[in-house]
Amino acid sequence: MAAVDKQPVTGAGPFNGVLTWVDARFPLISLWRDHLADYYAPKNFNFWYYFGSLALLVLVIQILTGIFLTMNYKPDAAQAFASVEYIMRDVPGGWIIRYMHSTGASMFFVVVYLHMFRGIMYGSYRKPRELLWIFGCLIYLVMMAEAFLGYLLPWGQMSYWGAQVIVNLFAAVPIIGEDLSIWIRGDYVVSDATLNRFFALHVIAVPLALLLLVMLHLISLHEVGSNNPDGVEVKKRLDPKTNKPVDGIPFHPYYTVKDIFGVSVFLLVFCAIMFFAPTMGGYFLEYNNFVPANPMQTPEHIAPVWYFTPYYSILRAVPPLFGSQFWGVAAMGGAVMILFLMPWLDRSPVKSIRYKGTLFKSWLAAFVITFIILGYLGTKPTTVWGQFGFQTFFMDTRDVATWVARLGTLIYFLFFLLMPWYSRRDKCKQEPERVTH
Amino acid sequence: MSDKELDRSKRGFLVATSVVGGVATVGVAAPFVASMFPSERAKAMGAPVAVDVGQLAPGEMIRVEWRGKPVWVVRRTKEMLESIQKSEDKVTDPKLEIDQQPEYAKNESRSIKPEILVLVGVCTHLGCSPQFKPKEVSPEMGEDWVGGFYCPCHGSKFDFAGRVYKGAPAPTNLVVPPHTYLAESTILIGEDNKGA
Repeated sequence: MAAVDKQPVTGAGPFNGVLTWVDARFPLISLWRDHLADYYAPKNFNFWYYFGSLALLVLVIQILTGIFLTMNYKPDAAQAFASVEYIMRDVPGGWIIRYMHSTGASMFFVVVYLHMFRGIMYGSYRKPRELLWIFGCLIYLVMMAEAFLGYLLPWGQMSYWGAQVIVNLFAAVPIIGEDLSIWIRGDYVVSDATLNRFFALHVIAVPLALLLLVMLHLISLHEVGSNNPDGVEVKKRLDPKTNKPVDGIPFHPYYTVKDIFGVSVFLLVFCAIMFFAPTMGGYFLEYNNFVPANPMQTPEHIAPVWYFTPYYSILRAVPPLFGSQFWGVAAMGGAVMILFLMPWLDRSPVKSIRYKGTLFKSWLAAFVITFIILGYLGTKPTTVWGQFGFQTFFMDTRDVATWVARLGTLIYFLFFLLMPWYSRRDKCKQEPERVTH
Repeated sequence: MSDKELDRSKRGFLVATSVVGGVATVGVAAPFVASMFPSERAKAMGAPVAVDVGQLAPGEMIRVEWRGKPVWVVRRTKEMLESIQKSEDKVTDPKLEIDQQPEYAKNESRSIKPEILVLVGVCTHLGCSPQFKPKEVSPEMGEDWVGGFYCPCHGSKFDFAGRVYKGAPAPTNLVVPPHTYLAESTILIGEDNKGA
């Protein structure tokens, strides 16, 4: 029996007694040791290692502010828009809670995109971290669902038409598509029924899934141990006396202190946005969403929020083939799904970009630039860069931006699909035996 | 019996109870899945709508709501009707081979009366509502634009018969809803039992 075998807790002064009592009935001390005080993380973490803990912080902000928003929000097509304005104008502190939530949504994606980029740079998806990476991709997918569902709730023009477009994506699925989209909406168009169920999913179902996945992500991280900017396994080199990694340091207090510093800087940025530019020039909160939803009229220009725009560009870039728009939808879905395959696409002998050759670095640079250009184009109409002055037989459109987006889509997919080839062919440097700084 | 030997009767029992449990789970899931389909109330809201087009001036468009969707009624001018011929070779499906209109609107103007166009104003791409863009007031559409509809979401273009231009993300022409004339200038949208 554990209750008999365990050592009494020491070092907690007047709390020793209470903690011993709890520890005899709950794995308090071993949890603390396994995940914080005795969790050895590589000692060479750099700037890029802030974003994991920051993502956790934003998740907490979203859940907290979300709970308080639901106290005044009404998930009813006739009242939703007004109830958000009520929160903004009449509820004491309501505006700040709402801006925290809307800024938090965008900052969640900022942090997660940087976190993912870190993973790609340092090969954090490679063996033995494949499952950790897959949980991460699932979190990203579920986050996108959460953001999309939440965006309908203010019931503005962008909410309405954005939901209309995304739900219609499912209608492009062959055979069952039409019924599937009706099932999702609960009506023939986006309506009160849709708003009501999106609310239920946004505040209960999806957050629960998100929390579960974050837990799984952390459990698998702590099982395999953190990667680091050198991509060498610190667990391979243990101190013979203590049996701890020589290149590792306990997460607490070393990295908790580092992360608290990161949190302070992050919150400064967060507050600056929240107080001085909550709409971020129409990128975090779109101007058209301050107009109540009107099912009879699509706004002049519609675009998703910035974090979806690279995928939106891909959707727009693919022309209909064989009388079906399914291909564009498939390309957009594929663009997210292909991330799951990263662990098996990269055949490089080294993990970290520090030791990879110019081929991988060039492809990664091209990918990042492409992602940003696709993201920019997704916020603009396809006519943004004008038209070509000529037309040839294969050109179905003269819009320059559409052709750039098509090129971008190609580069996006080639980065992944050619990876098995170029990562193997790349001239890599020798990985060091131990971590460097 | 040793620890390693398989007790077949126990294993059989486990498999059987698991199967029964699985079937029960699917059964329990059914009402939850069903509850997300349109309710009886939502289904009942699809009644036909009558529109008076007597006041509609040439070149004008009105929007009416039918089953929660915008339906456009346009009284086309002579120029608009001529523009349909000009776009003949620029549209994907000029012969109306894909079934996007009732039989009585399967003609050159895609309408019962040539000047009155009735269309569901929902883009066949992803469900946005395209904009009415007559040639004279839409310089932003470029010089070779003969007039028609433009979807702001993904840039699909349609002519004044609702036929989709080549190169647009929308795969098919805009839908002509079932409609019928109750009187000289009254259209009933959503019913076609009288035919043309």
